[in-house]
Amino acid sequence: MTTVERQQWDVVVVGAGGAGLRAAIEAREQGARTAVICKSLFGKAHTVMAEGGIAASMGNVNDGDNWQVHFRDTMRGGKFLNQWRMAELHAQEAPDRVWELETWGALFDRTRDGKISQRNFGGHEYPRLAHVGDRTGLELIRTLQQKIVSLQQEDFKEHGDYEAGLKVFQECTTTRILKDDVDGKVAGIFSYERESGRFFVIEAPTVILATGGIGKSFKVTSNSWEYTGDGHALALLAGAPLLNMEFVQFHPTGMVWPPSVKGILVTESVRGDGGVLRNSEGKRFMFDYIPDVFKEKYAESEEEGDRWYEDPDRNRRPPELLPRDEVARAINSEVKAGRGSPHGGVFLDVSTRMPADVIRRRLPSMYHQFKELADVDITAEAMEVGPTCHYVMGGIAVESDTAAALGVPGLFAAGEVAGGMHGSNRLGGNSLSDLLVFGRRAGLHAAKYAAGLGAERPVIEDSQIDLAAAEALRPFSAEGPDETLTEEGPLPSTARPAENPYTLHQELQQAMNDLVGIIRREEEMATALKRLADLRVRARRAGVEGHRQFNPGWHLALDMRNMLLVSECIARSALERTESRGGHTREDYPGMDRGWRKVNLLSQLADPTGGLAATDPVRGQIRLVRKETEPIRPDLLALFEKEELVKYLAEEELYE
Amino acid sequence: MSTAASTSYEAHFKVWRGDTDGGGLEDFKVEVNDGEVVLDIIHRLQATQAPDLAVRWNCKAGKCGSCSAEINGRPRLLCMTRMSTFSREETLTVTPLRAFPVVRDLVTDVGFNYTKAREVPAFVPPQGLGPGEYRMMQEDVDRSQEFRKCIECFLCQDTCHVVRDHEENKSAFAGPRFLMRVAELDMHPLDSAAESGLERKKTAQDEHGLGYCNITKCCTEVCPEGIKITDNALIPLKERAVDRKYDPLVWLGNKIRRRPGA
Amino acid sequence: MRGAGRAAIAAPHLRTDRWWLQPAGTAAGLFAFIVYSTWRAFANADYYAAPYVSPFYSPCLAENCEPMKGGPNWEIFGSWWGLSPALLILIFPLGFRLTCYYYRKAYYRGFWASPPACAVAEPHKKYSGETKFPLVFQNMHRYFFYAAVPVAGILTYDTVLAFRDENYEWGHMGLGTLVFLVNIVLIWAYTLSCHSCRHIVGGKLKHFSKHPVRYRTWQWIGKLNARHMLLAWASLISVALADLYVYLVASGAFDDPRFF
Repeated sequence: MTTVERQQWDVVVVGAGGAGLRAAIEAREQGARTAVICKSLFGKAHTVMAEGGIAASMGNVNDGDNWQVHFRDTMRGGKFLNQWRMAELHAQEAPDRVWELETWGALFDRTRDGKISQRNFGGHEYPRLAHVGDRTGLELIRTLQQKIVSLQQEDFKEHGDYEAGLKVFQECTTTRILKDDVDGKVAGIFSYERESGRFFVIEAPTVILATGGIGKSFKVTSNSWEYTGDGHALALLAGAPLLNMEFVQFHPTGMVWPPSVKGILVTESVRGDGGVLRNSEGKRFMFDYIPDVFKEKYAESEEEGDRWYEDPDRNRRPPELLPRDEVARAINSEVKAGRGSPHGGVFLDVSTRMPADVIRRRLPSMYHQFKELADVDITAEAMEVGPTCHYVMGGIAVESDTAAALGVPGLFAAGEVAGGMHGSNRLGGNSLSDLLVFGRRAGLHAAKYAAGLGAERPVIEDSQIDLAAAEALRPFSAEGPDETLTEEGPLPSTARPAENPYTLHQELQQAMNDLVGIIRREEEMATALKRLADLRVRARRAGVEGHRQFNPGWHLALDMRNMLLVSECIARSALERTESRGGHTREDYPGMDRGWRKVNLLSQLADPTGGLAATDPVRGQIRLVRKETEPIRPDLLALFEKEELVKYLAEEELYE
Repeated sequence: MSTAASTSYEAHFKVWRGDTDGGGLEDFKVEVNDGEVVLDIIHRLQATQAPDLAVRWNCKAGKCGSCSAEINGRPRLLCMTRMSTFSREETLTVTPLRAFPVVRDLVTDVGFNYTKAREVPAFVPPQGLGPGEYRMMQEDVDRSQEFRKCIECFLCQDTCHVVRDHEENKSAFAGPRFLMRVAELDMHPLDSAAESGLERKKTAQDEHGLGYCNITKCCTEVCPEGIKITDNALIPLKERAVDRKYDPLVWLGNKIRRRPGA
Repeated sequence: MRGAGRAAIAAPHLRTDRWWLQPAGTAAGLFAFIVYSTWRAFANADYYAAPYVSPFYSPCLAENCEPMKGGPNWEIFGSWWGLSPALLILIFPLGFRLTCYYYRKAYYRGFWASPPACAVAEPHKKYSGETKFPLVFQNMHRYFFYAAVPVAGILTYDTVLAFRDENYEWGHMGLGTLVFLVNIVLIWAYTLSCHSCRHIVGGKLKHFSKHPVRYRTWQWIGKLNARHMLLAWASLISVALADLYVYLVASGAFDDPRFF
């Protein structure tokens, strides 16, 4: 038995990106003692990579904007699969969340009359994205970080301890959510310090998961190493279901060359500010890919599209600004048809559209990124871009108002790890606002829940801690595969080579990229499930060298559990949903099926009673359950034209 | 640009491995391909030769500031240092940041910076302006926005000789990054620290050790974001401190202006 | 380079490039100027060749100055002053340059090796920067800036006087006039590009939007300021060349070619 340090807090937030920090600020301001756990250093979360902006209908640039329009755009973008109540709350509260950042010191770009400037983005009817050049995510994370520091300064004045009410445990990984054996309520988390490898337990009646996404399961991704689906897996293992995991967004424009930066994001602002997509023949091919549901909203000629930048009220926007799923599929088709760029992408050009100094001012980090990493001067030549795995719309199923996970009292989720808000496809800019709106809600309701429990805190049994510790230590005593036979017979277990976690990870990424990628087919996904099962068997033998102190091999071996779980959810759900919608495209079912609109696919652990050890590795760990969505509230439906609704909703839904 | 011609080669690396108890440079021969950066090579070492080689990284696009280390003795971001900037024959020496305590291999304890961050009083919101009522002109936010480009890679803190060469100065000196933070707030058009009795320019000198800076500009040289830390933050801050204490005309002006009121 | 828990690396630096080149070059350049200017400042001779006065001796403020018609010599210091009159006035440009933010960097690196180059360990055990006597007086840069402006004004006046011939007739120009013109442009560019100047004209403001003229001036000075190092060297060389030119003409080693 290991003796593990236990600490007591009211709320523990796992993840220190935009959602996690916003949740922590809210919980602390509600009076809860709050701990934040993050895998990276404080302030390095993946949110810093967000470039374009925060969508909020402040109407600073076009006063026709309001929350209803934003709501409509969000629902259209998500192909009506969104949890409509979340989309409603999001559209209503986003402006307040942005303004509040200013009172914490954020400095957004300004309009001429000194308000927050807003820019155009794909799928948004009006200029709506509050931004700072193309480094909005950095501004967001820094502002939240500095707000946390300011709260700690207040605590220092009052208690003489910066960390009395709010503490960040940086470079720590959480491997298990611990629950009370008796009533199944959340009781805390099991974590280790990456630096020392030391285990610790935080006893807290509420856990807010804000761990972001799953991109590291794919080979070409814009996501950082942290995005291993930790929160998704923690929730699953704790008994909470995941929602619609088949919807994975491939951002249309990632870098394609050089190989080492393949997948790194090229912000959508490039297109929002006038950049155009061309194929190898020099054609603006997006005009050929406007789907019927969007026909009325987009320009038919290049001239009209170009006029829109100056006069958006009397012209329609260019199709480069279609929602991301449409653009990604179009690029994919062009490349497949042999009209791609030399390195297998298409051309994204701003150099012929704007003067060089304007490009450098409006897209400074893009200029920098291409110059430094690819030796390309975007003011003089076109960029080569192609789709990259960017975001998962699916996630932990939550109650819309409270961000509470279904079925596990005390568990909350916000940000990318939570599902539902974006439906089948997320609009650019809606992510940062999602983080703030639901981060705050999660913090608020978690604090209330914790306060409501009073002194009756759930209890963590030592046995649970021992199990978690044993699971975390497995890679140090891993044995090689049984079937390692030599001429003299099987090797003794100690001499068999263990699986290399780096190799396993690469194989997983390749499999997901090739078989459950942007265009999906039934046979391929079936193959993917087989490969995943095989990898799962091998991953149990993943071994590592060295000791527990800052050992990246060990960290990766532990993260593999999460990536495999989440990948299976994606593959299984994708196989199940026999239609194409948003971020889920089936070659064998190319159309959108109104019958599927109401259907949510919930992924659950197949064997919720046992740990992973009890799960048959071949049979799979995930079971799917279908659940119908609630009908959209009539006053919200009334925001749309009937002709539009017909395209999405089944007959009976329209007349209810 | 053509990928047909094989452009990979074998490079010679020396990587510092060890921890607080000691360590040394270890030799590696490792494959390098077209377009790669130093971080790619470190990752290849992890995947093929040294699975427990510790390195801190995150975004791999120069945006998070995690992978700070020293390459051939110069503080750099591993992910933004292209292999093509070195000759193929050159041996690359990679060490952890040398101004901070080492944790393991290329990972250092950067806690100093988080301590200093806490010592700079936060933005003071203006009284009487609610959320949504802030009005600021672009030309008034430009200066602070430049400083807010900072990705907190702490390369400036590492290279600054005030603390790099003199551990004992760490308690008195905030370092370029956090002096720049003071400048950022002092130039923020709506920061009302002064109204609440906090004179930021004065604290820069009295509490954050601005006087230790001898403007030798290494912070500006290493900044991966190209922020003109010395010219735009530190020197203006020194000048603002001079306004308070040493300027003869300001002193005279105050004398004359105060007289009628007195 | 030693501190609690730092990576055990013995070498004071691991740089492989020629990092010593820049501080060595800086030190050599500054040293050459110091030698030359010291010689010229104490020489007390060959500093006036009508219509040119060496910038080292202008304004000339002692009784022992050579008479210059219409020139900047005022006999403020009486006959008791027996040393070179250059010493009276050179204090101001010297102080201005000595406390200049660029020159500080140059000589801290070049002469004092504090630090010799980035990430190269400095040889000193203790370091207190500009917090203590005497270096705390670097904050006096602003006083010297205020003094440097009238000095530059007088050198401008000298340049105007250079549009005379040796008989003090107006409307003439020689090679020396050109040398003076170049020098005075560089002197002004250096003086105005000073960090203190940039601060005074606008940098101290919190709201540029309320002071559009000062904002534009600040932006313009900012552009000059970005080249402060270049201007510091260019004006240092030009002022030495202007003096050398006067010396050569005054000592008879060279005849000033007249244009018209």
